Amino acid sequence: MIYSVLAAAVVALSAWAVATFPRSVLVFLLFQGSLLFTYVAPIPAWLRAVLFAVALLVLMPVIGYYNGYYLEVATQVGIFVALALGLNIVVGLAGLLDLGYVAFFAVGAYTWAIFGSPHANQIFGGGAFPLAPGWFYLFLLVGLFVAAGTGLLLGLPVLRLHGDYLAIVTLGFGEVIRVLANNLDKPINITNGPKGITPISRPPMPFGLPTSEAFYFLVLVIVAVVIVVNRRLEDSHIGRAWEAIREDQLAAQAMGVPLVRTKLLAFACGASFAGVMGVVFSAKQVFINPESFTFLESIGVLAMVILGGMGSIPGAVIGATVVTVLNLQVLKGLSLWLNELKNAGVTVLGYSLTNLPTQLEPAKYERMIFGVILILMMIFRPQGIFPVRRRARELGRQE
Amino acid sequence: MDYQLLVDIFPQVLLDGIILGFMYALIALGYTMVYGVLEFINFAHSEIFIVGAFVGVEILLSLKGAGLLEALPWPLVLVLILAAGMAGSAALAVSVERIAYRPLRQAPRLIPLISAIGVSFFLQDLIRLVESVWRNAFNLVYPTLDVLNERFELTSTLDVSVKSLVVIVAALAMLWALHAIVNRTKVGTAIRAVAEDQAAASLMGINVNRIISLTFLIGGAMGGAAGVLFGVQYGLINPYSGFIPGLKAFTAAVLGGIGNIPGAMIGGIVLGLLEAFAASYLSLLTGGAFGAEYKDIFAFSVLILILIFRPKGLLGEVVRERA
Repeated sequence: MIYSVLAAAVVALSAWAVATFPRSVLVFLLFQGSLLFTYVAPIPAWLRAVLFAVALLVLMPVIGYYNGYYLEVATQVGIFVALALGLNIVVGLAGLLDLGYVAFFAVGAYTWAIFGSPHANQIFGGGAFPLAPGWFYLFLLVGLFVAAGTGLLLGLPVLRLHGDYLAIVTLGFGEVIRVLANNLDKPINITNGPKGITPISRPPMPFGLPTSEAFYFLVLVIVAVVIVVNRRLEDSHIGRAWEAIREDQLAAQAMGVPLVRTKLLAFACGASFAGVMGVVFSAKQVFINPESFTFLESIGVLAMVILGGMGSIPGAVIGATVVTVLNLQVLKGLSLWLNELKNAGVTVLGYSLTNLPTQLEPAKYERMIFGVILILMMIFRPQGIFPVRRRARELGRQE
Repeated sequence: MDYQLLVDIFPQVLLDGIILGFMYALIALGYTMVYGVLEFINFAHSEIFIVGAFVGVEILLSLKGAGLLEALPWPLVLVLILAAGMAGSAALAVSVERIAYRPLRQAPRLIPLISAIGVSFFLQDLIRLVESVWRNAFNLVYPTLDVLNERFELTSTLDVSVKSLVVIVAALAMLWALHAIVNRTKVGTAIRAVAEDQAAASLMGINVNRIISLTFLIGGAMGGAAGVLFGVQYGLINPYSGFIPGLKAFTAAVLGGIGNIPGAMIGGIVLGLLEAFAASYLSLLTGGAFGAEYKDIFAFSVLILILIFRPKGLLGEVVRERA
């Protein structure tokens, strides 16, 4: 009871605080923390659902009205949550380490970017493109299938490989997709090379919502669908087959699990989530180029999955949120703060901060964050922050 | 198509390919030795390699700052930076193993690999951080020694610079030294024994942990030497420039049969040649439709094809499966 009141109070208070101090990053972090508290606190399930619905459907858009950047952060978090959940199927459930996951995101993004912008005219001639913005909603499905198809295409030749070899080959595949995107501006201009594609049409917004709000709700809906699909998959026939393969391939095969089909399905499922989000991403950004789809992004998503706990759905959601917020807010905030201190000429222990090297920008050190997360999690808690029970038993044991 | 041109550039491409190949071979040794002993891909080896290049450039820059760069004889300078680069990389490799890999030795197979990826990313930004604080720049240029840039014209279509010769000589010396250590010394026998069977080796009185550290030390030193040579040959380095050569060297190791030391050398040279020819001939043969940008794709495709059709590599070391 006390927790119920407490949870409701923190959420309400922190939301009020954000509306009052819309510029303070710390206060927004407090709001996110209150959601985490609501998730872990021992309160009735219905209350938790109500609090989350209120926070995500009402409070967040209101906060976004006071500070538009927060809505952008929330949308980005949503995109990465969907990516992390997709990778979670491949790495967490099926145990296939995929280091080129962002390639599927790129495939989805380019699918809409090419047809949703005048660029397609250069491929097919004429002036039929861009497609009417309404096509966007159909392209969510097209992106899904194209990405899933790419997943199958990658899966077919590499399924004979195991463990770390598979990891390296998927890494190579991710790089191949990026290099292709970078260079397919000739002989036929398909991707427009490093210059990227712009302007990409945005979908017509339902109920006349402003763009950023509309994208927030769109991402929220997709994430909700992805979570439901994931939960259903987890305990299904297929989900159990995936876990069986992860635990012991030979035993799974002996029990009648068709290895090739099940693994391909894992690749295709994981890829399809990324494809859908790629379509949303390209419409949201209006401009895409190969720089958005580097190996760094793949590892970022992997870090999210690992931080939360491989195979765990809440883990993937929380991991994605923490890492994205760390990147977009904490590091950036630190950079700004450092700059302010520098400009103000503050001295710490007799050292004037004006002398700090100009190249020292905390915002540029996301690799270090990912790296530290990966190393520390592997050494101290390989099962993640919110482990699945079965996975915890497997990884948590020590010799 | 201009066939004469294709023939004319052939010797030069061959030479460039061999130089590149020696570089890959030196890096590939680090991957293959560690894989031979631990059956584990040391993903951070690309950063261990580039740290060697950074140690080298730091020494050159300080020598230059002290005005000693022109005063000292250039072979001495080269030996100095090679030794320092090797020492730096070897020390780093050993500490990385101690901190990030040893606690995970009994864990399921993907766990140390993920940790290694973490180490790789962490080191990239650590180098950047250190250089940003220290020099306020992280894209560094190797100071030039005039002697090294002299070129000998062998024929009208083939010339070779002194630094390329240095790379070849140094690489050959390293490879020979490594070969001697592994095959002729007691320590080398111990390394091979641990690679064969850890449990049996430890029953024979071999300190397995020390041998594993030693393997990282030797592999790291080779990587560091490659780093310095990379800097001397190509001039510009940044904290992230080790990644792609590292990946290609890994491809070379797989190409030759991972775990197999002569295989890594041969794989490196084959891959270097393939890449040099792809870079120069692809554009000529396709009439400019596909250019040298595709050379990276070429290397990865080789990797994928080898793994699918001949996972044991060219020299056929057996790739053991561990569940």
